[in-house]
Amino acid sequence: MELVCPAGSLPALKAAVDNGADAVYLGFRDATNARNFPGLNFDMDEISQALDYAHQRGSRVLLALNTYPQQAQWQQWTRAVDQAAELGVDAAIIADPGLLRYAAKTHPSLRLHLSVQGSATNRHTIAFYHEELGIQQVVLPRVLSLAQVRQVVETSPVAVEVFGFGSLCIMVEGRCALSSYITGESPNTCGVCSPAKAVRWEETPQGRQSRLNGVLIDRYKNGEAAGYPTLCKGRFRVGENIIYAMEEPTSLNILDILPDLMQMGVAAVKVEGRQRSPAYVAQVTRVMRAALDSCAQDPEHYKPAADWLAALDKVSEGQTHTLGALHRTWQ
Amino acid sequence: MKLSLGPLQYFWPADKVREFYRQVAEWPVEIVYLGEVVCAKRRELKLQDWLQIADMLTEAGKEVVLSTLTLLEAESELASLQRICENGDFKVEANDMACVRLICARPFVAGPHLNMYNASTLQLLKDNGAIRWVMPMELSAATLADIQAERPQGMETEVFVYGHMPLSFSARCFTARAHNLPKDQCQFRCLDYPHGMPLQTQEDEEIFIVNGIQLQSGLSCNLLGEMDKLNELKVDILRLSPQAEGIKEVIDAFDAARKGEQVAELPLAGQQWCNGYWHGEAGMVNVSKQFAGN
Repeated sequence: MELVCPAGSLPALKAAVDNGADAVYLGFRDATNARNFPGLNFDMDEISQALDYAHQRGSRVLLALNTYPQQAQWQQWTRAVDQAAELGVDAAIIADPGLLRYAAKTHPSLRLHLSVQGSATNRHTIAFYHEELGIQQVVLPRVLSLAQVRQVVETSPVAVEVFGFGSLCIMVEGRCALSSYITGESPNTCGVCSPAKAVRWEETPQGRQSRLNGVLIDRYKNGEAAGYPTLCKGRFRVGENIIYAMEEPTSLNILDILPDLMQMGVAAVKVEGRQRSPAYVAQVTRVMRAALDSCAQDPEHYKPAADWLAALDKVSEGQTHTLGALHRTWQ
Repeated sequence: MKLSLGPLQYFWPADKVREFYRQVAEWPVEIVYLGEVVCAKRRELKLQDWLQIADMLTEAGKEVVLSTLTLLEAESELASLQRICENGDFKVEANDMACVRLICARPFVAGPHLNMYNASTLQLLKDNGAIRWVMPMELSAATLADIQAERPQGMETEVFVYGHMPLSFSARCFTARAHNLPKDQCQFRCLDYPHGMPLQTQEDEEIFIVNGIQLQSGLSCNLLGEMDKLNELKVDILRLSPQAEGIKEVIDAFDAARKGEQVAELPLAGQQWCNGYWHGEAGMVNVSKQFAGN
């Protein structure tokens, strides 16, 4: 099982490669990818350097082109696909069906992965993208139970990649427009969710408050840790109660079920966080590498070490973790 | 322009659903989308029941399309989907590529959740049998104009013009969560909320509506004031979303407006609307419109 790690900068890429990532994924510094954040990502020259650095050390580089190009900007996305082929990246991670078709027709030797933003949650959808558009790997949305992942792996015509660690999307990726409803920008359209430019913090007599384009996302008591105001992790009123109506701030962590994933034939496990620091990438990559190696060596006796979990919790949202949908025992 | 009634997003008792569509038979909509699109656990009506309603509406002169689930995970869900695709009588609306595959190039409607953001994707779907596409919620009139200029020949365009917009889908059930129930023991609480459950900020601003595994826009989208633009952009079909009360009056207003009558406002007092997506802004925004002659 391969370890796929994020890089939002050259130092982060080096951190991933140096700490044992089999592959590193990154994006151009524009709206063609789903981490279009200020100060992040790569230009052509930096990707060249990234490719050299990774390839010399036996790691691969995957380029995320995983937003949905609208008609007026179509050429910008197809140019990005051309550049990916020209640079010789090891695969392009794409979500848009039209763009996948362009890539498959124009650059038949470019390996294509279906992005998590492509919302492929079942074998028919994966087969469609494989038969029609030639994808060779699929990244599963974080909505499937472990049993469902197993079923997909058993019936998928292509390699299956799952998320292993990082911030947790609880909606079907690629099918969430909550962010654009509040701010005008979403992952699909602009490569951002709850964008930083729409965030406002306020100190009030009731405590600290976070707003997104004016909409109150959360209110914190004195001394309570305040997290980034991602829309789906705010506290809202539903019925009588004010609750985390969608999800608590927490991170996905699959270390507990690593042997299951390995045994069922999952091809790759992905770490979220191109927006995070090189230190985060180094830390998470190191722990995941150790866990994967330990599990591969002796899956029967594998057990996540306490210091791995502690190290990961330290860089987790809300300093806590969950298996997300994977722990569901029902449909 | 034709009017369509989109698929029912909420979970209503079977009798209420049948009664609702008996009324729809008399309303001035040309197309009716039927079936469960949100949650596979909602089984008040089986496929046979939906087909009975479909027959009744067909006899009343409506074009009926069977709509399908947006999130498909379990094998049982795929099997149900296949039965719908192979019904033999009615066209199907696909909201996931699994449906597009199972349709096997028979004529189908590409639903709003297929992520069609450009003409290249439309062409791909047309090559697989799509005869119509429904614009995704978050696209603007400007993007629609760009796509329409490149739209594959013979493909109809449908735009969601009225109702709470379906914005996201999850594996978790937010209605069950609001009742502190696990999803597999949800007790079908959605039945208690024919309009869904409002989700408000701590300042009582209604930003979303909780509808099982789906979240909808807190405000209802309303493009009644955009009739000229919709015409100019050669939109073929206007989609209105079913709601428990008042939808007949809304349909009448759109019916009058498409016939060229001046209808400045919907007959629902005190409601707030949004149309931000259409204007390229945040979806929740209401861009007020200057009516010609006002």
